[in-house]
Amino acid sequence: MQEILKGILEETKEQIEKVVSLPELEEIRIKVMGKKGQLTEILKGMGKLSPEDRKEMGRIANQTKGEIEAAINNAFKALKEKAQEAKLRAEKIDITEPAKEIKLGTKHPLTVTMEEIAKVFKSMGFTLTEGPEIETVFNNFDALNAGPNHPARDWTDTFYVNEEVLLRTQTSPVQVRTLQSQKPPIRVFAPGRCFRCDTPDATHSPMFHQVEGLVVDEGITMADLKGVLDSFAKQMFGEETKTKFRPHHFPFTEPSAEMDVSCFKCGGKGCRVCKGSGWIEILGCGMVHPSVLNVGGIDTEKYTGFAFGMGVERVAMLKYGIDDIRLLYENDMRFIEQFK
Amino acid sequence: MIVSLEWLKDYTDIKVSPEEFCDRMIMSGSNLETLELVGRDFKNVVVGKIEKIEKHPDADKLVVCQLNIGQADFVQIVTGATNVFEGALVPVALHNSVIPGPLHGKTKEEGGTKITKGKLRGVESYGMLCSFGELGFEDKVVPVNQKDGIWILEGEYTLGMDFSDALGLKDEIIDFEITPNRPDCLSMIGMAREAGATFGTELKYPNTKCEKEEGSAEEFLSVEIKSDLCKRYVGRVVRDVKVRQSPWWLQKRLIHAGMRPINNIVDITNYVMLEYGQPLHAFDIEALKDHKIVVSQADKGEVFTTLDGSERQLDENMLMIHDSEKSVAVAGVMGGLNSEITENTTTIVIESANFEANSVRTTAKKLGLRTEASSRYEKGIDPNLCQAAADRVCYLIELLGAGTVVGNRVDVYPNVISAKSVNARVSRINKVLGISLDRDQMVKYLESLEMKVEGTADDLIVTPPTVRQDIEIEEDIVEEIARLYGYDKLPVTIPKGNNEAGQSPDRDLKDLAKDTLTGIGLNEIQTYSFVSPKSVDNVRIEEDSWERAFVKILNPLGEDTSVMRTILMPQMLEVMGRNYSRNLAEMKAFEIGNTFMENVLNPQELPMESYNLSIGMYGQGVDFFTLKGVVITLLNKLGIEDLEFVPETEYGTYHPGRCGRIVAKHIAHLENGDREEEVELGIMGEIHPEVSEKYGIGIRCYGCELMFDNIFELADTTKAYRPLPKYPAMTRDIALLCDESMTVAEIEKVIKASDNTILRDVRLFDIYRSSQIGEGKKSMAFSLTYRHNDRTLTEDDVQKAHSLVLENLKEKLGVSLREL
Repeated sequence: MQEILKGILEETKEQIEKVVSLPELEEIRIKVMGKKGQLTEILKGMGKLSPEDRKEMGRIANQTKGEIEAAINNAFKALKEKAQEAKLRAEKIDITEPAKEIKLGTKHPLTVTMEEIAKVFKSMGFTLTEGPEIETVFNNFDALNAGPNHPARDWTDTFYVNEEVLLRTQTSPVQVRTLQSQKPPIRVFAPGRCFRCDTPDATHSPMFHQVEGLVVDEGITMADLKGVLDSFAKQMFGEETKTKFRPHHFPFTEPSAEMDVSCFKCGGKGCRVCKGSGWIEILGCGMVHPSVLNVGGIDTEKYTGFAFGMGVERVAMLKYGIDDIRLLYENDMRFIEQFK
Repeated sequence: MIVSLEWLKDYTDIKVSPEEFCDRMIMSGSNLETLELVGRDFKNVVVGKIEKIEKHPDADKLVVCQLNIGQADFVQIVTGATNVFEGALVPVALHNSVIPGPLHGKTKEEGGTKITKGKLRGVESYGMLCSFGELGFEDKVVPVNQKDGIWILEGEYTLGMDFSDALGLKDEIIDFEITPNRPDCLSMIGMAREAGATFGTELKYPNTKCEKEEGSAEEFLSVEIKSDLCKRYVGRVVRDVKVRQSPWWLQKRLIHAGMRPINNIVDITNYVMLEYGQPLHAFDIEALKDHKIVVSQADKGEVFTTLDGSERQLDENMLMIHDSEKSVAVAGVMGGLNSEITENTTTIVIESANFEANSVRTTAKKLGLRTEASSRYEKGIDPNLCQAAADRVCYLIELLGAGTVVGNRVDVYPNVISAKSVNARVSRINKVLGISLDRDQMVKYLESLEMKVEGTADDLIVTPPTVRQDIEIEEDIVEEIARLYGYDKLPVTIPKGNNEAGQSPDRDLKDLAKDTLTGIGLNEIQTYSFVSPKSVDNVRIEEDSWERAFVKILNPLGEDTSVMRTILMPQMLEVMGRNYSRNLAEMKAFEIGNTFMENVLNPQELPMESYNLSIGMYGQGVDFFTLKGVVITLLNKLGIEDLEFVPETEYGTYHPGRCGRIVAKHIAHLENGDREEEVELGIMGEIHPEVSEKYGIGIRCYGCELMFDNIFELADTTKAYRPLPKYPAMTRDIALLCDESMTVAEIEKVIKASDNTILRDVRLFDIYRSSQIGEGKKSMAFSLTYRHNDRTLTEDDVQKAHSLVLENLKEKLGVSLREL
């Protein structure tokens, strides 16, 4: 009997080694250990043995059974691993196939530019403020020292709603509103839409955006104006950017200046963007004119201030190399999606 | 202001290079438009004399010229020009020369055109005779008598000399941008004053004193001013006038300043205008009835023919120069044809007058006639210039032998403008600029601008010359000091004090809305704030509705931009149409922008402005519920959760069966306790096919317009932690058989009202229609989630609540469970 068991064990082991599929292995298991399997039959026949022999044979039979089970289990594991491996191999994909599209939207390039400008001024302690697009003639002109004969007031230059109300031509009336509603220290900037009677072409638009800035406090100097705007230029256009302040004229500032930045395309060597000069005009600025401060009832002996204004379209067009302002208002999705 | 450096050197010394000159002038306040080096763009062009002209043997329209260029051999050149003659001095472009062109009607070439020898109809030609145009001069500056044909030189020249050198054409032409506060810089003297202050050089005024004068102007002329729009009128008289060509030096300076030489008298008045910035005019005295000048306003409806031959319609606000019976000039704008100087003129009146800036500006504008004179007057001119400018004209007439100057002048100057002083303080100037400049240096800067400085210690009593009308207050003095000190030398500091940066909560919400919408795949658009009034017709807005309460622009560019928008949807549709027509298969976009409405209640106040948000989309897989998802996601992000979509059938823009008003429920905290309120946030739907067709969108498209002001009111972006559920939930799925007209909202409402203790969520997960369940019926499957907050649910708890739900459904809506 011992021999028979040994025989079964060896034969089964041999068969297991040759097995290539799970059903085959199952077949062997049933053949040996099933209800009518070889081993089962033997164990059934053990009743006929003497108690001593039964004990001894029982031990051997169980050992054999254990060994066969282990062999089957191992084979099962191996086959399963192999099958898994084969399955994975079969599931190979071409990972260079195109991705499934997940679409992010894009903000309008003017918004992107405005947000960049806003971020810089907020980092310097400026509060964002806004004013209406339809303004009084007083806030847009008179309060800003542009008297009744100022050419910008002409009907050919400015859109009017009635004799006293217009579409603001600049964001500067926000200066007036701020000075009338706040006490120094004032440090605000105001982005917004402006309107002028310009027929649309590649460089003109009857509607455009500006960002205005205003600082009023005790002891504000023109050196402070230079400091703030120089810092803005470096944060906006790169650390290596240089600034140049040139004397200029605006009715609501005195002294007035225009700020050029070193060309961010060529670095100042001269190129098409800067028309060979190495400099790009970016904004107008100056020390707030006392008659503007007076509108807000601010003591001009005690307080001084500076203000600045820049065109957002101009900055965006220069930064992104957009050559036609009309593209900004056409809203072709292929254009907008370039500013992701 | 166009400035020839060669000319400017008459008034002040310039010892630096043109480039450095420009750079430093920019920094002292004269911004540069362009710097052009002229007279250098032709090579191997010389002065030649036509010794002999013969007919071309084989061509009727050509002649063969022998040119003397100062060498033993003549140069043979064939030309088709008809104005050449033997003995004429001409510019000769020799073999291997370069001229700037344009040549023979061809466009101007970069780097010029090369001229080489060649044969014309079989005859050798060793170069070319040139016109003004071929030598690079613009049509508008070519002297009247040289407009056609080859440039014929007047006067003596060395044959064979380089043409540019012989005519002194090499020059640097600078175009300065003059800001409106500095009309004094629209003159050579003004620019010389700036240059003098910038470089510390002396300003030399031109000579105005004639050698010999005869008689007295009053004997010839009387002047009367009848309008206060004329501030001063100086008249001088010149007899025995000989009208002819100006000498080349004078012509050249006018050409370099961009003006066309005409004749000596006109050229001199233009020349002096450029020198002083004072416009001048010359009348034929015989054309002035009674030799009288009367300055007064025009008659209403008067018609007047100006020098250019055009008839002009005048009005009573326009200032005119009259004689004793008729108009002879539009003051400060243009002379009349009836008093023009002709070859027969013998005695002239030189007008050097001052007219009120705004009057000239509006007159020129109304007449559509902007001249060199009017553009100067409209910026404001110092009346004290009149006399010097008139005297200078007389001096030049005498110098050129163009007439005999009559002594004295008629000068009517009712209110003499005298210099006014401005007080400034050394300490204040330093304080504003953030520097510490000493008084002496400040005085030096101011004196270099011809300002007189008095006072002591901290006080500067500054008297600017009357040409500087812009200097009125202390800050103006600050600017003068700053620009001469140099803006570039001012220190760079950061203002003291600490400000808290921030922005308004509504701006935060707008930013958040933009971030959210772009985050879920929508692009942002920006469109004009003004639209066509027809835009509301296009989106089928009813008559008399608030969307038509437009704020109108009185002077729009065109009808398309003539009213301020009340809603954003028309422009969204326009953008969708544009993108659709450009073959973009899909589009999802939004705009956040101001809308405007007449302030009907308070017409004296500014119109009402409010922010709206529009959404538009089309494309494969996009339907009403795509848009609804976007709207809900957005509003949830802004903290508005309790939303209801109420069907709307009457709003013309949208499909009557696929449109809804978006209503938010919120708890209003009122004085007498909290109350649930409903707030309409906007409207959304599928765009009505008639509307989408109008905008050329050939596919179903969807739109939404939200009123941001209402969103601001309800938005709440504060976040608070809620404990996670501790006990498990149980779900019950039910399928309800109901009529097609039954809405999900109706069923949800009944289910939710049935239990408020353990029912946590109701969710539709399927709608099923088939012939099996019958026409006009549908089966809606809902999943109901039950959970107890404090303990594990028992089967009993759920059973109790759930049967109540089913009971209510049956009782209130007549719907029952479908047998599965």
